[in-house]
Parts: sequence; C-alpha cells; structure tokens
Amino acid sequence: MDAILLQILNGLDKGSAYALIALGLTLIFGTLGVVNFAHGALFMIGAFCAVTVQRLLSLSYEMVDESQKDFLGNPLKVKTPYVESWFGPEIGGTIIDWAVPIAILFAIPIMVLIGFVMERGLIKHFYKREHADQILVTFGLAIVLQEVIKYFYGANPIQTPSPEALSGVANVGALLGMDIVYPVWRIVYFFFSVAVIGAIFSFLQFTTFGMVVRAGMADRETVGLLGINIDRRFTIMFGIAAAVAGLAGVMYTPINSPNYHMGMDFLVLSFVVVVVGGMGSLPGAVLAGFLLGILESFASMNEIKSILPGIDQIIIYVVAIIILLTRPRGLMGRKGVMEE
Amino acid sequence: MGILEVKNVGKRFGGLQALGDVNLSVKENTVHAIIGPNGAGKSTLLNCLVGKLIPDTGSVMFDGQSVLGRKPFEINQMGISRVFQTPEIFGDLSVLENMMIPCFAKRDGAFSLNAISSVPAQKDVLEKAEAMLEEMNMADKRHMHSASLSRGDKRRLEIGMCLSQEPRLLLLDEPTAGMARADTNNTIDLLKEIKEQRDITIAIIEHDMHVVFSLADRITVLAQGTPLVEDDPQNIRGNPKVREAYLGESA
Amino acid sequence: MFGLDNKDTRMLIIVAVLTLFAPFILNPFPTGSAMAQFNAGYPDLMQRFVIFGIFAIGFNILFGLTGYLSFGHAAFLGVGSYSAVWMFKLLSMNVVPAILLSVAISGLFALLIGFVSLRRSGIYFSILTLAFAQMSFNLAYSVLTPITNGETGLQLTLDDPRILGVSATADGSIPVTSLFGLEMRSTFEMVVGPWAFQFNVGYYLCALVLLAAFYLSIRIFRSPFGMMLRAVKSNQQRMNYTGLNTKPYTLAAFVISGMYAGLAGGLMASMDPLAGAERMQWTASGEVVLMTILGGAGTLIGPVLGAGFIKYFENIFSKINDTVLHNWFAFMPDGLEDFVVFIVHPFIGKGWHLTLGIMFMLVVVFLPGGLVEGGQRIGKWVKGRKNKDDSTSATKTPAE
Repeated sequence: MDAILLQILNGLDKGSAYALIALGLTLIFGTLGVVNFAHGALFMIGAFCAVTVQRLLSLSYEMVDESQKDFLGNPLKVKTPYVESWFGPEIGGTIIDWAVPIAILFAIPIMVLIGFVMERGLIKHFYKREHADQILVTFGLAIVLQEVIKYFYGANPIQTPSPEALSGVANVGALLGMDIVYPVWRIVYFFFSVAVIGAIFSFLQFTTFGMVVRAGMADRETVGLLGINIDRRFTIMFGIAAAVAGLAGVMYTPINSPNYHMGMDFLVLSFVVVVVGGMGSLPGAVLAGFLLGILESFASMNEIKSILPGIDQIIIYVVAIIILLTRPRGLMGRKGVMEE
Repeated sequence: MGILEVKNVGKRFGGLQALGDVNLSVKENTVHAIIGPNGAGKSTLLNCLVGKLIPDTGSVMFDGQSVLGRKPFEINQMGISRVFQTPEIFGDLSVLENMMIPCFAKRDGAFSLNAISSVPAQKDVLEKAEAMLEEMNMADKRHMHSASLSRGDKRRLEIGMCLSQEPRLLLLDEPTAGMARADTNNTIDLLKEIKEQRDITIAIIEHDMHVVFSLADRITVLAQGTPLVEDDPQNIRGNPKVREAYLGESA
Repeated sequence: MFGLDNKDTRMLIIVAVLTLFAPFILNPFPTGSAMAQFNAGYPDLMQRFVIFGIFAIGFNILFGLTGYLSFGHAAFLGVGSYSAVWMFKLLSMNVVPAILLSVAISGLFALLIGFVSLRRSGIYFSILTLAFAQMSFNLAYSVLTPITNGETGLQLTLDDPRILGVSATADGSIPVTSLFGLEMRSTFEMVVGPWAFQFNVGYYLCALVLLAAFYLSIRIFRSPFGMMLRAVKSNQQRMNYTGLNTKPYTLAAFVISGMYAGLAGGLMASMDPLAGAERMQWTASGEVVLMTILGGAGTLIGPVLGAGFIKYFENIFSKINDTVLHNWFAFMPDGLEDFVVFIVHPFIGKGWHLTLGIMFMLVVVFLPGGLVEGGQRIGKWVKGRKNKDDSTSATKTPAE
C-alpha cells in the first residue's frame, strides 16, 4: 500500500510537468490550429529564466575586509551580493535563497512577450499552411531557441536549488498513519501545477475573454463573423500558453538541473500526452498528463519490471499507440477533430 | 430489375432519421434524377451507395451484387463512378496526369507496384487519356496544372476522369452547383452527349430543375428521408405532392 | 539512356561526376595552405556525404511523393547498422551479406511500423512514427542490451565466431571490413604538386551504391507507381473514388524508404563496424527531415544536395574559430573587425546548429522548394534579365 502511494506521488510531479506543457500545446492547437514543435523550447526557456534570476540575485561585488585575514595575514577579499548589501545579510540571503519562486514573477512577462513575438512574427503566417509546414517551421524554431540558450548558458546542466525551507523531505503518509517520505519541493510542484491549471480553467470558464476563446475553439469562423476580433485574443492565448510552459519550466529546475535540450526531451512526451488526451481538449491534456505520469511511475516498479522488462521505458509510447489506433480522438477529444 | 436496386434503406444520425425507408430502382441506360428540398437526405443516400456510409437497414444491390460493407475503392472497381459537388481532382498534377490515373486504375486494379517502368512507356494508357481529353475538348490544356483550371474545366476534367474508367453507373452530386448559367448549360450539353453516345446509366442528384428536366428520363422526389413519388418528368411537373414538398403548404 | 529521358539522364550524369570526382572537387586547397582545413576530401567525411545522401533520397520517396512526414526514420537506419554489425560478428567481414541483411531487416521493420502508423495520416502519423522510433531507441538502450549492447554500442570483438571468416587476424587484431578481400579502409593517395587526393575503397563503394540508389529513385519518381504516390499527396478522396486503394501505395513507399534508410545504416556500419542506439534518436530523424527539406522535398536531386550541404557545412563551420575570423576580416579597421567577429561568432564553431536552424526556418518560410527552388528562381531571374536585355536592344534598333 505504501509502495503504491509512493508511486502515485512519484507520478504526480512528472505528470504535472506533462500536464502543464500539454495544456499549452493543446490550447494552441485548439485555438490556432497550429502544431507547435517549439513548445518544449518554451518550457526550457522558462527554466533558464530561473537560472537567470538566480544569477542576477547573486551578483556580487568584491570588497577588502580588513577585519578578516587569510593565513598569510593579508586582508581577505570578500564577495558580497548586492542584494545583501541593500537589504542586509538576513533578508538579502533569504531573497537569494528564494530565487526560484521569485523567478516566477520575472518569467511571466518574459514568457508572454516571447509568446506574442512568436505568434505575431512567425506562427501567424502558418495558419493556412499544411500541418507538415507548421511542424517543420516550429521544429526549426525549437532548434534555434535551444542553440541560443546553449550559446549563452553552455551545454552543461546548471544546478538551481530550491529554497532551503522547501528542500527537505516530509512524511506525507503521516495523516493516513503510514510512513511515506517525500521531497517537499515535489509536493510544492504538484500543488503549483494544480493552481496554474485551476487558474487557466477558471479564466476560460468565467471571463468573457475565455468564453470567446472557447467559442473560437469550437467554431472559429462563426465567432469571426460576429465581429469579434478573434485573432488578437488568440495572440493573447498564445502568450498565456507560453507563460504556462515557462512556469512549468521555472518550477521544475530544482527537480532536474536545466540543460539546453530538456525542451526537446519533454516535447516528445508532451505530444504523446496531447494525443492521448485528445487534440484540442484541455481537460484531456490534464487528465492524460497525470495518468501517463503515474503509469510511467508504476511501470518502473521492480515488481512490474521483473515481469515485463523494459516496460518503464516504453509504457507511454505503447499507450499512445494503442489510443491512436483504437480511439484517434483521444480520451476526451471532440468527435471529428483531426480523426483522420 | 434495375442496375441499381435500393431496398428499405434507412440511416439514423443520433436522434435524426436522415433516411426513412428508401426504395429506388435505377434502370439500365437511363438518366435517373433524385430531387428534393434541402435536408431531404439526398446526399446521405448517395453516400450510402458509394461506401462512405453504411445504412442501418436495407440493402443496396448493384448489378445483382451487394455494395454494403465494401470500401469506396472496391465499389468503384465494381463499376460505379462518382462526381462530387465541388470537383475533386488531383490539383498538384497536370491535366494529362489526372486523366491517366483512372486509366491506370482501370487497367491495373486497386493496387499495382509498377515502380520501374516509366509513365511515357505506358502507350495504351497515354493514348486512352489523350483521347478522353480530346473528347472533353481539353487537349490543349493537357500540360496545365489542374489546380489552375477554371471551375467549369475542373468539372469537365472530373467527368472525363470518371468516364475513362468506363463505369456502368455514373453518380453525379449536384454537378452544376455554384456554376454560372453558361457553365451550367455547357455541363448539360456534355451530359446529354454522354448519355447519347455511351452505354451508361446516370443517377443525378440535383437542385436545379432546369438541369433535371433537360436530362432525366425518370425522377424520384425525396422528402424528409423518404421517396415521395417516382415518375416520368412530365408527370412530376404537374404532381401537387411535389409542389407541396418544394413550396410548402400554401402551394 | 538507361530508360531515362534526357533531363533525368543529365541529372544522373551530374551526380555521377560529382560523386566519382569528389576526392578532387572537395580538395581544392593545397595541403599545408591556410585554407587546407576547409578541404573535405577525407574518406570518412566523403563517406558520410554519400551515406546521408542515400538516407535522404529514401526519405524523400516517402515525404516528397506522398507528403507523409515521418519523424522516426532514424530507427530504420539504426536497425540497419545493428544488422550489419551482427553479420560481421557472426558470418564474415564481407560487406555484401551485411548490407543485404540490413536492407532486409529494416524493410521488415518498416513493414511492421508502417502497417500500424499508416492507419493514421497527417500529424497523427508523424507522432506515431516518432513514438515508435523513441520506443525502439529506449528499448535498444535497455532491454535489448543482449542484441544492442546498450549504451556502449555494438562492437566487434576477438571472440566473435565469424563462421566464414576468422575471429582474429594472424597478428591478433580484429579483422577489417572488406568487399571480397578489398579492404574498405584502404586508401590510395595521389600527390599532384602541393595537392594530395585520397581515393578510398569504402568511399567508392558508397558512391556506387548512392548512384544505384539515385537511379532507382528516378525510376520510381517517373513510374506509374510514383505518379500514384503523388496522387495520394494531392487528393486521397479522389484516389478512393477512382478505385485505388491508397493503403498499399503508402505502405510500399514507407517500406521502400525504410529500406533505403537500412541501406544507409548498413553502409555506415560497413565503413566503421559499430552501431549505437543514438543513431535511432529522434533528433537523428529530424536531421534527415532537415536535409530533405533544405535540398528540396519532392525533387529528385534536392535530398542529395541537402545531405551534402548540411554535412559539408557542419564540417566546415565547426572548424572556423575566432582566429580564422580575425584573419578573414583583417582588412577592416580594428574596431569594426572585432565587432564583425563578435557578430559572426555565435554562428560558427559549436554554433553551427544555430546557423542550420535559422537557415532551415528561412527555407520553410520563404523557399518551400528548398535549394532546388532557389536555384530555379535564380535561373529564371538570370534568364529574365537576359530576355529584358534582348528586348531593350530590340526596341532600341528601330529608334536609331
């Protein structure tokens, strides 16, 4: 029982990342009809926003401290972060420690901006072209983005720790009278994802903006005929989708040190998630994201691996293939949406 | 016994009874028109004949064989060719290539791995395609990109493609929809010519009464998924039930 | 000639001349000169040109003709490589059975994957092929280690049986791949003045196979079968209502292009007898997509050009460094020189992929027909200018 719960937990944090990326992908597909192969790169850029913020906050100046001597008796050069000299070592230290959550504030405007530029500058011109062309041009863009990041940040993974207060483990089983120890940050990641997903859904559900977007997803032409400028709203939707992917990336950095190709690694799986959930279905993307995350985690249990060796490596693909062949519209996809 | 026998065909989409209980018999070498107001089930019926839809009930026999459960390409190989409402041609290919493809389909069947011989070496197919283009008065356009043809020419090409398969039954789905008067008249003339010169049965779904009465030997009126009457054109013209279906109760 | 029309024959001859004289063409700079590092006439590099050329030609038969975009073609290349290495381990070091087996096994593999994937089209097809390829890659890394030797990759060892050959040579080393005794690695060097040209047996084997593969692809493009594949791309609905079954057509195209990939994989292993799972990764599949699109999908010569272009510039660009750049721009005033070098720097050396990505995007946006279309446009432009000149001179005459 403990083991099962632990696997579910393990699946949840990976599932959260899948769900967030897939949510953006399917939002873009549903509103704009575009298959965006560069979406993984947005996730990656988000992660590097966190890296950048951490580096910015740790920017230091060097100062000769007369009160401290090194072993030769010379005065010691001490590096002090600007933040600490402004806010005092106590508060300054905390700010640096909390760089990753702070990066969220920084990442949102940046990601939205990147999304706008991407949509207006490139994707817009591909609405009427074949899906193959959309795949190709966004694939090219993904390569470019990833190489730009590689140029500035290098090829090696960069450690980005979570705040110390959230870096330990917690006994999440205590409430149930069980003993399940689990990293706190991963629990934070899960709740963060749920909050973001909840925010997106309520935004689409309860605002007029969201209503128009949902109507546009269902029937773009008719909404256009009503004299509503659907294109501008869709641009904003693209920005939001980019921000969601970026946020997923920011918060993921303490779980996995970001590197320039993490976007591509996640992209393939996120596509699979979108397809399993149903192209253009938001609840489908979320459901499939968590489901596949958990499934993957179960498949990596030793008991299962000993019966079906290697199953953990391929389980997601196997599920995707079965779904695509038997129910091409996915778990929750609307009938008739890209069923061919 | 007609070449096409439709018996008790019904088709339901969710709560909507698209086709009730359709019986239809198309006699060989005639032009049979199926008319009816919008939503009468004409297109549904047509799709049941070509394998795109499978009816819930009833049977569809072509030349004594059932077409139900067969794929569109198999039904086509049985001798039924279909012309679409908006011309369906191979837009990326030249006019001549468009015409050669059905000739290959007629000669080699549904699939042939003819990967080494070159196209120009297929003299028989080439000649047949050229002859058909001649007949359609399109020989001068043979090297044109077919997507750049005019709407009327696309329609001629599509009809020519269907004819080059030497079908026994030609199905036309509103062949003049969206056409200018001149193009419509050209198409009527073309179809008349085909009817006179070939051993072919034609079933035509049409909205335009001018087209129907210029061509049809026999007319079935469909309303709300069931056939209202089947009769000769002159009788249909005066039939009060037909006027009612078309013009509403007031007529 | 060979059942081709004049235009195709000319194209075949051009490719033949380019590949057969590649050791000269790719070595324009004398050894020892400053530019010698931009020579590309080395056996292993030239082998790569033609092997990827074969891979791209095969990919183009599927994508260029039918429009089905496979994102998992590298899997077939990987399977081909593994099969060839196994043949070297078990049978003999002769490359012929190895290559034959690669083609056969990857063909079977493509039949299996194609049969399933082709039940969907468009984006779903792309994702299915991607999923299958990633699955093969993951399996090759983990469970299939007995066959693939996992992360290390499959290599030859001294205790391989090699029933028709020897496990180890007389001097106790692993035997080398050969074509009936003609060693793949043997290279004849021709020194002409300051130039040194290398003629490698392995390269010429690859080049001949490329020519055969290219010739076959011309035949396929010009055949009724090729026309049907273009018809599939153009309008599947019309295909079905013309009595044609699209499934076997697309499947045949898929298998043929999978066999081309297997052939490329087999050749790769014949040149250097090892095989690793990374050859099957989806980025490797992406590379062949790039080559084909960049050269010109759906054209005959495009994929060959694209493969040569990418592999050549990959090699050249990654060799350029800041010192080289400073030499190039030395004629500029100092400040400007540094600035130009600073601007160019991200795109060279390790930044080659950035250049490639940008180039690829530009091609997809502005030049969907790839380099071939670019060439045609330039050709037309030149012709147009000529005609204009002619016409202006023609109008001038009466005025005089």
